[in-house]
Amino acid sequence: MSDDIYREIILDHYRNPRNKGKLPDADVSIHDSNPLCGDEIDMHLKVDGSTIKDIKFEGRGCAISQASASMLTEMVLGKPLTSVKDLSKNDILENIGLTSLGPARIKCALLSLKVLKLGMVKYYADRDPDSAKKLQDDSKGL
Amino acid sequence: MMQKQGALDVGKIREDFPILKRKLDGGKTLVYLDNAATTQKPLSVINAIHDYYMNYNSNIHRAVHQLAEEATLAFEKTREKVAKFINARSVEEIVFTRNATEAINLVAYSWGRSNVGRDDKIVISEIEHHSNIVPWQILAGEKGAKLEYIGVDDDGYLKMKEYGTHLDSNKVKLVSVSHMSNVLGTIIPVEEIIRMSHERGIPVLVDAAQSVPHMQVDVQKMDCDFMAFSAHKMLGPTGVGILYVKKEILEKMPPFMGGGDMIKEVHKYETRYNDLPYRFEGGTPNIADVIGFSAAIEYLEDIGMDRVRDHEIELTKYAIDRITGVKGVTLYGPRNMTDRGGVVSFNIGDIHPHDLATIMNDHGVAIRSGHHCAQVLMERLDVAATSRASFYIYNTKEEIDTFIGALEEARRLFKI
Repeated sequence: MSDDIYREIILDHYRNPRNKGKLPDADVSIHDSNPLCGDEIDMHLKVDGSTIKDIKFEGRGCAISQASASMLTEMVLGKPLTSVKDLSKNDILENIGLTSLGPARIKCALLSLKVLKLGMVKYYADRDPDSAKKLQDDSKGL
Repeated sequence: MMQKQGALDVGKIREDFPILKRKLDGGKTLVYLDNAATTQKPLSVINAIHDYYMNYNSNIHRAVHQLAEEATLAFEKTREKVAKFINARSVEEIVFTRNATEAINLVAYSWGRSNVGRDDKIVISEIEHHSNIVPWQILAGEKGAKLEYIGVDDDGYLKMKEYGTHLDSNKVKLVSVSHMSNVLGTIIPVEEIIRMSHERGIPVLVDAAQSVPHMQVDVQKMDCDFMAFSAHKMLGPTGVGILYVKKEILEKMPPFMGGGDMIKEVHKYETRYNDLPYRFEGGTPNIADVIGFSAAIEYLEDIGMDRVRDHEIELTKYAIDRITGVKGVTLYGPRNMTDRGGVVSFNIGDIHPHDLATIMNDHGVAIRSGHHCAQVLMERLDVAATSRASFYIYNTKEEIDTFIGALEEARRLFKI
């Protein structure tokens, strides 16, 4: 089973994370952690009109949480907010190729999506309260 | 009755633990190395709980019917066994709580509230479990008191010189330290800590959650004022903690929780409290599990605590010898076997402990990964988390070989 999890691509994103660092002129920055594992993720977003113009993450934790965050930033960079806000749990698990994680480790894989959704809640708070509320509800299920 | 001399007959011991026979997903054999978190339970403990519910389930201390008498006798028999096991002077010094955490909180809320004031100091150490940090933070916050830490050196020992300096202040009201670190395994020289503290008239609480299950502990010899530990870390059921307090101190402590069982008489505006130790046991206690705990103590007494300790020293020495041979391993805690218990914390390369635990689980090996409720120590070690293997009477060298095999597999997967 671990052979399926710790594939080359996961280890590569863990050791050479993409889009990792600070984003000084971010429109939104948000932090969350997984108290069970101590995994931590910060997401920084730069939004241009209706697309994600730039995204960076900072974090520490297990290979699954960090690789998943790295892969998520690649997935959403340059994409319209409307498509990003509907990303589901399964989209993420399929993107990183981990569809058979147990309940304890699935939280690691989904932490970055949760943080991204919470960041968008912050972005939409005044602009589009309905979307903000939907994203807030989505994030609770992650 | 088992023999009381020589090495443990681990094969025979394992027969007494039904869970060790179960198979995990994929038919794997369980290798349980998370004993510092909780131990497995022998059949005698499981049967004692079953017998209580099947044959004499009743509330205790009040009713006069036969079931209540039988239940009360069995419940109080455990108290006698606990008192004898740690060599307390009397059963009045033994208070049952839910767990060691509640035992420490009881001291903080009852003794602490009436003995700690503004600008007073409470001295703890950097190796403490959160349960021996947070109650004192709450008390200090409420009273305007200060929390001070005895540091830990790079080998995992407390800085005793620093401790002496802390004691120089006449503001210190309590010292509260672990007897054994749940992360590093370090056995803390509590007798010396207590002697130095008593020279200045300061009482000491010992968090013995990791020591009482694994070695002979004598509260009179140690001379601690308070001691806390948990049944579930020593073959007993969950939901039973033990607080030992010297009688002369316990007598002066105000009640912690008001309610049934802790009273003699209740009137509209006043109450006469019950005698020791019942004054501190408000409400119906965890009767079944306290009774089950008797069987756990009997099991350990049959083996003998010195033999438990010897077995763990042998396993720990073997584990450390083998793990230091694995490329990329960083080991934490003392190297000298006489200074440490059966807990081995480590990291390997850049593998996060949670990833390692997942790989271990593939091999049926249950280890702990994370901060072990000791984030202050993690900060001191400058690590986010560690992996931890911890041993007990039913573990074998073959199991440690399986654990090392899984570690090598992790190294291969992560290309370290």
